[in-house]
Amino acid sequence: MNPKSATNNIIPVIVVLSIILLLWYVAAVFMNMAWEKDQYERADNQQYTLVDLVSGTMKQERPVLPAPHQVAQEVYKTTVEKKITSKRSLIYHSGITLSSALLGFGLGTLLGILLAIAIVYNRALNKSFMPWVIASQTIPILAIAPMVIVVLNAIGIQGLLPKAFISMYLSFFPVVVGMVKGLNAPEVSHRDLMKTYNASAAQTFWKLRLPSSLPYLFTSMKIAVAIAMVGAIVAELPTGAVAGLGARLLAGSYYGQTIQIWSALVMASILAALLVMFIGLVGKLVNRRMGLSSHA
Amino acid sequence: MHNATASVIETPAYVLSRLQKMLLYAAFATALFALLLLLMSVVQGYYDGAILLASVILFVANYLCLSTVTIHWRNAVVKGLASTLAALLIYYQLDSNLAENLRLADSVNNTGGGAGFNGTAIAGFWLVVLSAWLTAWLCVEHLSSIETLSRIKNGVLSLVIPLLFGVWLLLLWEFITRGAGVPQVLLPSPSAIAERFSNSIPTLVADFKQTFLKAVLIGYAIGCSAGFIVAVLIDRSPFLQRGLLPIGNLVSALPIVGIAPIMVMWFGFDWPSKAAVVVVMTFFPMLVNTVAGLSAASSMQHDLMKTYASNYWQTLFKMRLPEALPFIFNALKINSTLALIGAIVAEFFGTPIVGMGFRISTEVGRMNVDMVWAEIAVAAVAGSLFYALLSGIERMLTFWHPSMRN
Repeated sequence: MNPKSATNNIIPVIVVLSIILLLWYVAAVFMNMAWEKDQYERADNQQYTLVDLVSGTMKQERPVLPAPHQVAQEVYKTTVEKKITSKRSLIYHSGITLSSALLGFGLGTLLGILLAIAIVYNRALNKSFMPWVIASQTIPILAIAPMVIVVLNAIGIQGLLPKAFISMYLSFFPVVVGMVKGLNAPEVSHRDLMKTYNASAAQTFWKLRLPSSLPYLFTSMKIAVAIAMVGAIVAELPTGAVAGLGARLLAGSYYGQTIQIWSALVMASILAALLVMFIGLVGKLVNRRMGLSSHA
Repeated sequence: MHNATASVIETPAYVLSRLQKMLLYAAFATALFALLLLLMSVVQGYYDGAILLASVILFVANYLCLSTVTIHWRNAVVKGLASTLAALLIYYQLDSNLAENLRLADSVNNTGGGAGFNGTAIAGFWLVVLSAWLTAWLCVEHLSSIETLSRIKNGVLSLVIPLLFGVWLLLLWEFITRGAGVPQVLLPSPSAIAERFSNSIPTLVADFKQTFLKAVLIGYAIGCSAGFIVAVLIDRSPFLQRGLLPIGNLVSALPIVGIAPIMVMWFGFDWPSKAAVVVVMTFFPMLVNTVAGLSAASSMQHDLMKTYASNYWQTLFKMRLPEALPFIFNALKINSTLALIGAIVAEFFGTPIVGMGFRISTEVGRMNVDMVWAEIAVAAVAGSLFYALLSGIERMLTFWHPSMRN
C-alpha cells in the first residue's frame, strides 16, 4: 500500500505466510486423520503410533486436504518434469488459460478505452449508457459464461475465441469506469489553459486528457486482468474437461484428485498474482516516466 | 463536452452539433426511403398497414424538425412520441406477421417472424426500425443537452434518459431477433424470455431460495462478519497488520472461485458448500477494507479522543468505526456481487437438482437458452436490489461523509 513501508513489510509478510503454512499443516493432519484411522482399523493394525498417524496424513493419494509440500511436489512434477506439450503438463494447461485470458483482457481493455472516449466526448452516451455500465457491475455477469460458450460452440466457434469473449466482457467494465474517471480527471483550469493555447480537441485529448488518465487506466487494468483470469477459468467449465486450468479443476473434482485441484488452483493464483504485479509494475514505471507519484 | 460551457438558464436553445445534424438527416432519409419502399410494395399488392403508418409518423416527425438548427425540449418530445409510436407499430406488425406465419406454415424451423415479409417489404421494415432507433437516439441527445437548475427536473431526466436507452436496447434486440428470425437457441427475443419467465415462476423461486436465500445470504453474512472481526482483532497488532494487508490485497485478486470443487468435496452437494465458497470470497475484501478504514482517522482526531481521556474501546466505537464505515460499505457492496458469482459458479461443480447455477448449466445443455436468460434476469435483479439496499443503508449511516453531501 504505502511505498515507503514496502521494504519494512517483508518480515511481517513472511511471518504471516509461515503462520498460514503451519495452520495448513495442522488442518491437513486433522482433516486427513479420519481416513487414516479408518485404514489402520481395516488393516486390523492397532499398534500404530501417533507419528505413524501424522506422517500417514501427509502421504495420502487423495487426501481431504493435501499438505503444502504435496501440492508443491505436484506443481513441480507437472511443470518441470513433464514436457510442455504433454497433456499432463500444468504449463500446457496454464498456457491455454493464459492465452484466452490475455486475449480477452487485451480486447476488453481496448474496447473499454474506446468506449470511455466516446462516453467522455458524447453527452448523450454519458447520460444514457454510463448508468448501465455502473449498474452492470452489480450483476453476476459471470453467470452467462456457460451459455456463451455452448451457444458459440453450437454455431461452430470453438477454442480460444469464446473463452476470450468471456474474459473480454468481464474486463471491459472496470476499464470503462476507470477510464471515464481518468479522462475527466483534468481540472477545469487545465482545460481552460489548453483553450487559451488554442488547442484543438485532438490536441487536448493527446496532451492533457490521455496522459492524466493513465494512472486510472493502470488501476482498472489490474482489476481487469484479475477478473479476465477468473473469466477464462470459469469459461473452461461448461465445455467439459478438455484443456486449461478450469478443466483441470473440473477433472480433479470428477475423479476426486484433490492434489490436482490444489495444484491447478495454486498455478492459477501464481499466474493471476504475476499478471497483477506486472501491470502494477508497468503502471509504476509509466507514472515515474511521466513524473507522477504513483497513484496506483 | 462542447455544450457544457453554456450558461444554465431553464431550457436554453443549443445549436445542433455536427453529430446531431447527421443523425437528424439520417433519421429523415431512412424514414423517407422506408416510406417509398413500403408504398412500392403497396403498389405490388402487398400491404403492411402498421409498418406503413410507422414510417409516415417518423417521416413527418423528422420533417418537422428538419428546419430547426437549435434544440428545444419540444423537439425531444416530438421525437420521443414518434419513436415510441413507431416502436409500438413495429411490434404490432411483428406479432401479426408471426401469427400469419403460424397459420400458413406448420414447419418446425419457423423460429421467428420476418418470413412473412417479402422483397421490398423486408427492406422497408429494417429501414423503419433504423429510422425509429435514430429518432429515439436524437430524442436522448436532445434530452441530455437540457440543463436545468430544478432538482425535480434533473431527477426525472437522470431517470428517463438511461431508461430510454435501456428500453431501446431491448426493443432493438426484440426487433432484430424476431425480424431476422434469429434461432431461439442462439439468442431468444426478450418477449420469449419474458414468456418463459412467467411460465416457470415456481422453478425460478425455488432456485432463488436455494442459491440466494441460503448460499449467498448465509455465506455473505459469515464471510463479511469474519473479515470484519479479524480486521478489528489484528488492528491491535501493527506487525500482523503489515503482514496480512499485502497478502489480503493479493488474495483479493486471485481466482478464488477455483476453490469451489474443494468446497463441494468437503461440505457436500447442498448449499453449505456454496456458502463456504462465498465465505472465502467475501472474507478478504472485507478484511482489507476494514483494516484500511480503521486507519482512516487522522492523527488530529486521535489526539482529540486522547484529550477526552477515552480508552481504546471508546475510541474504536465512537470514532474509528464510524470513520471506517465508508470503507466497510465499499467492501459490502463489492462482496454483494462476488457472493452471487461465487454461489452460482460453485453450483457448476455439483448440486442437488435445484439452484440458479444448476439450472443455468443444465438448461444450457438442453439448449433451453430462454430459461437461462430468465435465470440470468433473476440474478441481475437480485444482484441490483441487494446492491441498492446496501447503498440505501450506507446513505442512512454515512450521511455525514463528504461523498454523500452534495
